[in-house]
Amino acid sequence: MRFLSEFRDPSLANAWVRRIEAHLSGLQAPLPIMEFCGGHTHAIFRYGLHQILPSAIEWVHGPGCPVCVLPRAAIDLACTLAQDPAVILASFGDAVRVPGSSGSLLSAKAQGGDVRIVYSPLDALEIARRHPEREVVFLAIGFETTQPATALTILQAEREGIANFSVLCRHVITEAAIRAVLADPDVRLAGVIAPGHVATVLGANAFAFIPKEYRIPTVVSGFEPLDLLQALCLLLGQLAAGRCALDNQYRRSVRPQGNLAAQKAIAQVFEPIGSAEWRGLGRLPASGVRIKERYGRFDAERRFGVTAQTVEEEPLPCSQVLCGKLKPKACPYFGTRCHPEQPLGALMVSSEGACAAWYRYQGE
Amino acid sequence: MCLGVPGKIVAITDPERQLGAVDIGGVRREVNLSCVLEEGERLQDLIGEWVVVHVGVALSRIDQEAALWLDALPE
Ligand code: SF4
Repeated sequence: MRFLSEFRDPSLANAWVRRIEAHLSGLQAPLPIMEFCGGHTHAIFRYGLHQILPSAIEWVHGPGCPVCVLPRAAIDLACTLAQDPAVILASFGDAVRVPGSSGSLLSAKAQGGDVRIVYSPLDALEIARRHPEREVVFLAIGFETTQPATALTILQAEREGIANFSVLCRHVITEAAIRAVLADPDVRLAGVIAPGHVATVLGANAFAFIPKEYRIPTVVSGFEPLDLLQALCLLLGQLAAGRCALDNQYRRSVRPQGNLAAQKAIAQVFEPIGSAEWRGLGRLPASGVRIKERYGRFDAERRFGVTAQTVEEEPLPCSQVLCGKLKPKACPYFGTRCHPEQPLGALMVSSEGACAAWYRYQGE
Repeated sequence: MCLGVPGKIVAITDPERQLGAVDIGGVRREVNLSCVLEEGERLQDLIGEWVVVHVGVALSRIDQEAALWLDALPE
């Protein structure tokens, strides 16, 4: 397939690995490199990059899987709404298995809740068109990559005057999570691989703060194996030359300023909130958005008069893994109390979670 | 979750809602094209363009020239 298969060419991959090896000769090992995005984590394991690369490269898996950072309280709220017989709760497939305090959306479905998996918020809106007698609530999660889709859906619902559609908004802001990790004095990184699809929306420049403020070389990368190898090469090139800057490997999709129309849709519908709860990271400042008053009738929390209850999170080692301080395998629950069929922590839920990726591709 | 997949716009299906059909690896999906439409451009002009699609929305046009730089191994 175009723009995919050519980025998976094994002989080119080998050439890049040799190039990386050459760069490494002048650098001091180990080199901890954080890939922030769960899509990168998944690609690294799926294509076995951790196996073909020299061991001096140490991948540190960051908190960039929106499913993994979804707090228990958000799942509880979605489950409560799903139990209302008037409601159809629409969610991305990844989110339905995330454990809340007393079950997941999947278990709410087993108990009779009408939970439907959708590929896009626009599909949830289509369900609302087809079922005017029901209330359709879309559980909106994700970073800035996903926010434009939710925003455009709300704008479309408004244009059509669709009265039975609303959104449980749990979108989060990438920069806040990156800052939370980088501010931790225990986290020491030689380089950062920045998320290519968030950058597609916000622009490569949105990540310039990492080299500038935290003095860590950063490369925006695509998601195919050759993308990641090339990004790594650019990163090592910076280190070898003693540079600390922002490079953009994913030029076929990412422009310096991003996608202005998508940014405009986000700004029109959402506004930032003071702080938001992240599973594993706690409350982070300037890390969430809510639906603006002007579109308040599409906000499920306002519409149903419900608010999330704070729930005690069981102290799990997940937060350590999220910040790259603990390897998944080192968690005492890994593969015992916690495995993909029965996830205890959220990092085991989505295939982009560090623990699930380890479990699946390392055969341990 | 933040997966974006390349696809080719093959038809405009609903001009009012700015939707088009995108061929993603042989599967046709209806996708919102509003974010890849440049000012003064008509939806029809987008047919044949390659885009990155994420959860039903086209987020960028693939710059085919920029895609080539990968082949050029440095040195
Ligand atoms: S194995 Fe499970 S409990 Fe342990 S860190 Fe991973 S997700 Fe959390």
